[in-house]
Order: sequence, then structure tokens, then C-alpha cells
Amino acid sequence: MKDNLIPLLPEEEMQRRQRRAQSEWPELWRLLDHVMDPEIPVISLYELGVLQDVQLENDVVVLTLTPTYIGCPALQIMEEDARKALTDAGYPDVRVVKTLSPAWTTAWLTSAAREKLQRYGVAAPLDGVAAATCPQCGSADVEAVSEFGSTACKALYRCAACLEPFDLLKAI
Amino acid sequence: MTVHEAVKTYCLRLGDDALILGHRLSEWTSRAPFLEEDIALTNVALDFVGRARLFYQYAAELSGGDVTEDTFAYTRDVREFSNLLICELPRGDFAFTIVRQFLFDSLALLFMEKLKHSDDSRLAGIAAKAEKEATYHVRRGREWMLRLGDGTNESHARAQKAVNGLWGYTNEMFEVDALTATLIEAGIAVDTEALRAPWFESVSEVLTEATLAVPNTDWSVEGGRRGIHTDDLGFLLAELQFMQRAYPGLRW
Repeated sequence: MKDNLIPLLPEEEMQRRQRRAQSEWPELWRLLDHVMDPEIPVISLYELGVLQDVQLENDVVVLTLTPTYIGCPALQIMEEDARKALTDAGYPDVRVVKTLSPAWTTAWLTSAAREKLQRYGVAAPLDGVAAATCPQCGSADVEAVSEFGSTACKALYRCAACLEPFDLLKAI
Repeated sequence: MTVHEAVKTYCLRLGDDALILGHRLSEWTSRAPFLEEDIALTNVALDFVGRARLFYQYAAELSGGDVTEDTFAYTRDVREFSNLLICELPRGDFAFTIVRQFLFDSLALLFMEKLKHSDDSRLAGIAAKAEKEATYHVRRGREWMLRLGDGTNESHARAQKAVNGLWGYTNEMFEVDALTATLIEAGIAVDTEALRAPWFESVSEVLTEATLAVPNTDWSVEGGRRGIHTDDLGFLLAELQFMQRAYPGLRW
């Protein structure tokens, strides 16, 4: 009999998904699905795990965001993009709350998000670097070139099979 | 001093450490030995500047009024900075930068592991994030220490010289003064004195593996926490703060 492995999500991620599922304002969540990571434009704020909550309080949209890496400069841009998206949709009053805990972790990424990343050219293995495969050719014969890639969140890898370099989203 | 003010001062110390060290790392931008290392050093610098921002933002909130993170970074003079001396030393050669970073990061990891249990939830939140990055920094530092120490004659000599030159600055990292003691009592601050032994154990293990000698010195320098700094900090601030000083209130 085959092992039926159901990947378990961290508790805080379960709660976040429930907040979305039970939200009184599903249209706001859907609106923000179009706000993408500026460096990895195939992944939305929600899929990244940055968007923690969105509520409407007396015509003011309250966005709760959590930063990925402390020094990530993209968070500022994502915040501005989110504000613009909301303003354009008729919600000019936006209050952004930044929360540090629970601390962001790559464990929150959905497998759909990981597949999108892989197709885009960024390896995002669920089970850590040991399971990394080349986004170009799929080979597992890869090696780390540097702990730091084009952004703070990525490492630089090289595929020994097709010889192409690629970024890998570091697991923290 | 109220606990409120004490936490703010404590916060500024941690923010100053991060800002000054982050600035020293950023001085390698476009000057590193090769491209991947240029990116690595600047990424680590970014981690530190980000860490400084988080501490400064909290300190600004505790201050109230018009004070912002920029007030702390760009308008204070040398005597008002409370960073450790080891952070402000010039970047030196590549070995010096790597060794200094490794010595500091080894403590930072132990420190953040403890700080994330602080009774101050904001400090605990910052520490939880900083700890993840510190884990990477220590791993990277260890690999470089091994490559430099157990490398060529030249890399070994430069690394040993750096270790010898920096050792006397490490004592200050563990000192607990009256302010810190009060906050430790309150369950907010970290007892750095208690981290001295584990730090020494992990650092000397790496030094030995890298065939570097652990210095047997008894000299040590301190003063940073009291605002007594080396000449170097003045020059660093002149560069860091130039724009704000020349055009006060300047905004992007």
C-alpha cells in the first residue's frame, strides 16, 4: 500500500487560510491577488505569505503584512502596489499594519506557489536544498555556487546537467 | 531611569551595532574580490541595516513626538552612538572583515536565540526574525574561516593577524552594565555574560579546525556603550550622515 503523505501546514498558516476562507470581504482578498512580488512577478502577496489579513473597518481597509527578510526592500514596493490596487478599486483609505510575528517562513508557500516559482525559473523545494531540482531541465544534479543570489531571499545554484545557473528560494 | 527609557536605550545599542556594522559591510560594494562575494557581503549588509531599522523604529515609537528611525541614524554625533567598538573598526582586508563578522555573528546568533524569549514582545519579534538570518551568517562565516585559515600561507597569515588584532575587542560584547542588569532582572534583556563561555567554545572550535591559534591576550578595549569611540566612527558618520547634514530634512 502506498504511503499517503499529507503535508502538514504550520498552525499559523492554517489560521491565515481560514481568515481568508471565512472573511466577510472575499472581494478584497481577490483584489490583492493581483499584487505580485516585484522580483518574482508570478507570485502574489497572498501566495508569498506576506498578506496576513485584510479587513474593512468603517471604510478604512486595514492590511496586515509581515516582512519576509528583515532588510527586504521589496516589501515597501508591495505595500505601495497594494495601496494603489485598493485605491483604484475605490478604497482610498488604507491603513497598513506590519507585524513581525509569527515570523515569516517559506513553509507557508503552497505547492501551487512552488510550482509557479519553479516554472518561472526559481527553485523552491519543499524539503529543503537536498531536494532542489533544476528549473530548466529538471535534473537533481545541482550544486550551490553562493549562499546569496540576486536577492537576499535567494541563493545562486548551478545545474551540472544542463550547465545553466538558477536562483533558489532559501528556506527559513 | 524608567523601564521605558531603559528599553529605549537598550534598543538603540542594538540598533547602533547593526547600523555601524552594516555600514562597514556595505563599504565592500563593488570592491569585493569577486562578484558572488560582492553580492554576499552586500546582502549581509542589507540584513544588518534592516535589523537596525527595526530596532530604531521601536526606539522611535518609545520616544514619541517627531522622532523617527532617521533621527537616530542621521542626526546623532559620535558621543551619542552606543555601538560596540568592534563594529566600527575599518573594514581592513578581506580576512579582517570575515574574521570580525564571524566573531560578531557567533555571538549574535546566541544572543537572538535568547532575546526571542524576552518579555518585551516587540524585541522578541525582532529577535525571532534576526535569528534566522544570523543562522545563515554564522554558517557562511564558518565556511570562510575554514577556507582562509586552512588555505594558503598568505590567507592563513592574514586571518591569524585579524584574529589577533580583533580578540581584544571581543570582551566588550559580553559586558553587562547597570542598565542591562536592570533589564535582565525584568526579563527583557539578554545576559551576555552568560554567553561568553558558549561563544568561546563555538568560536575556538572553528579557529582550531581552521588551523588558527586562539589568542592568549589579556588586553581588552571598551567604551562604545558609553559613547567613547575610536577615531574611525567619526569618519564613518561623516560619510553616512553627509547628505542629511548638508541638506537637513532632505527626503527622497
